[in-house]
Amino acid sequence: MGDMNVVKVEAYRNSFLKEVEANVEGGQWVKMCMQCGVCSGSCPLGSAWDHPPQELFMMIRAGKREEVLTSSSMWMCTSCYNCIVRCPRDLPITHIMHGLAHYAERLGLAPKNQPTRKFAKLFWNNLVKKGRVNELKLGVALYFMNGLVEGIKTALKMAPLGLNMLKTKRMNPLEYVGGHGIKDAAGLQAILKKARAIELAKAKKA
Amino acid sequence: MAKREYSFYPGCSSQKAASASNYQVSVNAMCDELDIKLNEIPDWNCCSASIGYAEGGELPRLALSARNMALSEKFNPGQDIVATCAACWLATRETKDRLNHEDALMKETNEALAAAGLKVAANQKVRHMVEVLIEDIGYEEMGKHVKKPLEGLKIAGYVGCQTNRPFGIDGESFENPKYLDKLVATLGAEPIENYEKKVQCCGGALAFSEPVKSQAMIKDIIEAAYDGGADMIVTPCPVCQMNVEVYQDQINAKYKTKFKMPVVYYSTLMAVAYGKSDKQAGLDGQIIKATQLEAITRR
Ligand code: SF4
Ligand code: SF4
Repeated sequence: MGDMNVVKVEAYRNSFLKEVEANVEGGQWVKMCMQCGVCSGSCPLGSAWDHPPQELFMMIRAGKREEVLTSSSMWMCTSCYNCIVRCPRDLPITHIMHGLAHYAERLGLAPKNQPTRKFAKLFWNNLVKKGRVNELKLGVALYFMNGLVEGIKTALKMAPLGLNMLKTKRMNPLEYVGGHGIKDAAGLQAILKKARAIELAKAKKA
Repeated sequence: MAKREYSFYPGCSSQKAASASNYQVSVNAMCDELDIKLNEIPDWNCCSASIGYAEGGELPRLALSARNMALSEKFNPGQDIVATCAACWLATRETKDRLNHEDALMKETNEALAAAGLKVAANQKVRHMVEVLIEDIGYEEMGKHVKKPLEGLKIAGYVGCQTNRPFGIDGESFENPKYLDKLVATLGAEPIENYEKKVQCCGGALAFSEPVKSQAMIKDIIEAAYDGGADMIVTPCPVCQMNVEVYQDQINAKYKTKFKMPVVYYSTLMAVAYGKSDKQAGLDGQIIKATQLEAITRR
């Protein structure tokens, strides 16, 4: 998708705001922000955001494309919806955060080692394969997402927790081989493929 | 009383031997008592919760929920869709609202669904189980079924995020919703007044990817319950339940706390108050045993 980034830089030379409006979920709302700061004070992980939502909106208007799209900030969103119910201008802030993260990912600009980015990708791949999420496979993949040695350390640290889940029948080791899934996984994959195709065709035009 | 029927979307965490399988068990016992019939949507799929966005764009994510709605319309026509999971409810309801208001999106979604021979009209209401309880059954009726009042128990109602925002339950305030407290009182227990962390985020899916930051928030949620004198925490959300219950050992190790706070579902409390067994109430699924509830089931 690297070339997609080049295409977009060319197309929106003068206005990152326009680029966001045309390409990011909820992006057309950004210009409505009145910079009151309520959203920034609402994020549960607020202190971990380099640029809280209000600041991201300001940076978009100021054309700070690189800084916004390579930021780890929007990946800190817990989808708590505090901001949405409080924003005096009714901005769908949660969706804009997800939208910015997705757009950055699509352009290949998202920070590679951002843990929530990695988790979100694992989650999606896990779900697309069988139509339902297999918690055990997802969990194991998650432990090992930072490499083998880290993974073994994490797995050991998490072992008592896993044992608790096992004892209370809230986890099943057999899930690892077969496990939950839907009957028409092929149909679901066809739907997702088509949806993605429609979206990419529009993205090219935007 | 006539049987009430709903089109049921159970969600991934409720499956057999998954993290909230005990939630499903207690929901079944509760519905049995209240004469509610849940017709599972055949071949339902994952909604991608709120974490599918890295790979899944807007339309693919909406299509996931739209497929469930299409199957529901086809196999359970005329019934409201009911979800027990906060994230499932939110994703499905958001999809319905958007499809109802955005014609272009409706068209694109149906184009995608056609790839599997499906079609969506988005004409079924999408509701959370607690809405069914409050709006269709009502506190009074729920109270009438109580056989073993939960007398003497002090319970902190932890509402969390997604069963509260952005849609709200029963028109209550986002900052101080009362429905769990009312439910606790209906069952004969004492709700913790002014439980200050009742709508605090637990980290959601970020409990996996940002464990340290999330556990700091979870610690506050539990601490505030102890401060209010709670015997246990009750929640309507499988993500909240799991996050607040299962990391207590790790939190104790890191913060030198001595937490051992049971975290149960509203449906667990209801099943116990309705005279069901430990097993039917899903109490065997507690990692931190709810011994006071076990004492009541054995009474
Ligand atoms: S709360 Fe709304 S208006 Fe205020 S800064 Fe945030 S997005 Fe802008
Ligand atoms: S939904 Fe995301 S952006 Fe909004 S307050 Fe919560 S963490 Fe912040």
